[in-house]
Amino acid sequence: MTTRQDTITDGPLLEVRDLGMTFPVPRGGLRRAAGIKAVDGVSFGVSPGETLGLVGESGCGKSTTGRMLVRLLDPTAGRVDFQGEDITRISQRALRPLRSRMQIIFQDPFASLNPRQTVQQIISAPLRAQGTAAAVIRREVRDLVGLVGLAPEHLERYPHQFSGGQAQRIGIARALATRPALVVADEPVSALDVSIQAQIVGLMERLQRELGVAYVFIAHDLAVVKHISHRVAVMYLGRIVEIGDKEEVYDRPAHPYTKALLSAVPLPDPAAERVRERIVLLGDPPSPANPPAGCTFHPRCPKAQDICGSETPLLRISGAGQRQVACHFPEN
Amino acid sequence: MTLLEVNDLAVEFTTAEGIVQAVKGIDFAVARGQTLGIVGESGSGKSVTSLAVMGLHRGAKVTGSVRFEGTELIGAPDETVRRLRGRRMAMVFQDALTALHPYFTIGDQIAEAHREHHGSSRKESWARAVEVLGDVGIPEPARRAGEYPHQFSGGMRQRAMIALALSCEPDLIIADEPTTALDVTVQAQVLDLLMRLKDERGLGIIVITHDLGVIARVADEVLVMYGGAAVEQAGAERLFTAPRHPYTRGLLESLPRLDAADGEPLHAIPGNPPSLLAPPAGCVFHPRCPVYAAADTGQRELCTAARPPLRLLADGHRNACVRSEETT
Repeated sequence: MTTRQDTITDGPLLEVRDLGMTFPVPRGGLRRAAGIKAVDGVSFGVSPGETLGLVGESGCGKSTTGRMLVRLLDPTAGRVDFQGEDITRISQRALRPLRSRMQIIFQDPFASLNPRQTVQQIISAPLRAQGTAAAVIRREVRDLVGLVGLAPEHLERYPHQFSGGQAQRIGIARALATRPALVVADEPVSALDVSIQAQIVGLMERLQRELGVAYVFIAHDLAVVKHISHRVAVMYLGRIVEIGDKEEVYDRPAHPYTKALLSAVPLPDPAAERVRERIVLLGDPPSPANPPAGCTFHPRCPKAQDICGSETPLLRISGAGQRQVACHFPEN
Repeated sequence: MTLLEVNDLAVEFTTAEGIVQAVKGIDFAVARGQTLGIVGESGSGKSVTSLAVMGLHRGAKVTGSVRFEGTELIGAPDETVRRLRGRRMAMVFQDALTALHPYFTIGDQIAEAHREHHGSSRKESWARAVEVLGDVGIPEPARRAGEYPHQFSGGMRQRAMIALALSCEPDLIIADEPTTALDVTVQAQVLDLLMRLKDERGLGIIVITHDLGVIARVADEVLVMYGGAAVEQAGAERLFTAPRHPYTRGLLESLPRLDAADGEPLHAIPGNPPSLLAPPAGCVFHPRCPVYAAADTGQRELCTAARPPLRLLADGHRNACVRSEETT
């Protein structure tokens, strides 16, 4: 199997600039609401063969962002450049050849596999869509099932005959069928048991080494994201609040939200848990339908001051590295 | 003082495809002021265990013994179980939106439970509802009691469920995946609340979860379940620092950790959890077990001959692996 690295020129594989998604709110009462800003001013890049982790709590816009990257949703603002080409405004027809180079894996493997198709049909679908010859498809599909750790006899079976972990392997094989340069993985292991999770994470890491594929790995589980990512972006209420190399974000978080989030994750170590300093945030994340003014995190922020309620902080380089943080009072 | 004592509890379901042995002879006890964590993956039998303790399994064959302060519940008349359930032992479920009735206000639902068990008046029971909502940290409880479940956020709903459980001042709370549906910052609040209630009121708590982090935070004693059987039991610290059963060890090694050093690989447990319709003979874990895989044919019989019971090692540490001495 050849890697796709050779077809990529220098520079980022994916470049996202000021991406925004405002969902219209149905007309109710006398006035039309302004709409819900699910994603607002999100910018980042992904290099070939790297994994960018996108973390945040429910409603932070991470899945919406992931869907826009592969144009399953049309953004209402900003642009996405894939391999140097703006894909935000091109037609679905023009998008078709690009689809072979960017793919997506979903959380619930059973919901994303057609129950009436055999594994053979499911995995070969992207190749058929690209007009690949039947003989080539047969060979490729056999290679793919082996690649993801399934056996050739699985090809004639249907999704319900598999466990959750095996079904996710089928989803991964389908995503890799056209040898994409980028795979967006939206909570790919959160529906799986811990012992199976590790199998799938290990598989994704091995496939990255062998095929040079880049991942945007979307998850709420900070430990999984830490394990698999090279760089990490933390989202809160539609915006990126901190982005940088994994080591910097995890070991020296600069945004108070990142810090609180990391401190809230229970460690599987009772002795450490007892003495650990925790920042317990008050309340729930606010509704994106009615976001707070200024920094959207300020009502829950232990460091908030007057300016935080009026001025929205922009992402700025903080510290020595390339880490960026959107906070008026970042940690040092 | 022991609140709940469970001995040789087994639960069997008859399904169209055959008999499912969901839980096979497990033992545990919970004392006041103590938190027992039951941890396992899907199909391990952890939720079935909690429902069986609460007497909530209709149509299942439940055998063994469940004693609440000495009163035997298995085979007891419905009335006996009903008097204890809700009033002395209460349950908190994972999905508060499903567990709460959408047509009634939060206050009504809590007040109803109180009237049912205490025969209190409408006025008294409403006052009690407002009081417990305040106890679990709902702001403006008098106003919020008049709201419906959909008007509460996920974290607030889970607090309301805990308030419902607390309304009759139970001695034991069984919380089945109480924070699994919550975001991590909200999870921290709810776990803190449960621990505060345990300390203040001397409650016994059983927390059932798949999340080893949650177990590490709240549990004093831990029971590890796999394929319907108990495979290991120990004090929390001991279980995490010196696990003995190959499954427990495998689970801990497959867990991505925030406190792990960079580049530390995950060690997945190969294979899949067993089917409870046709479980493997002997130790249910043996088809995935590295110790079994490495053993000679002669020694393997130890693992496949009979289901190994939990055996006491030391300091209350119990392990069901017949090869445990070789696995440490």
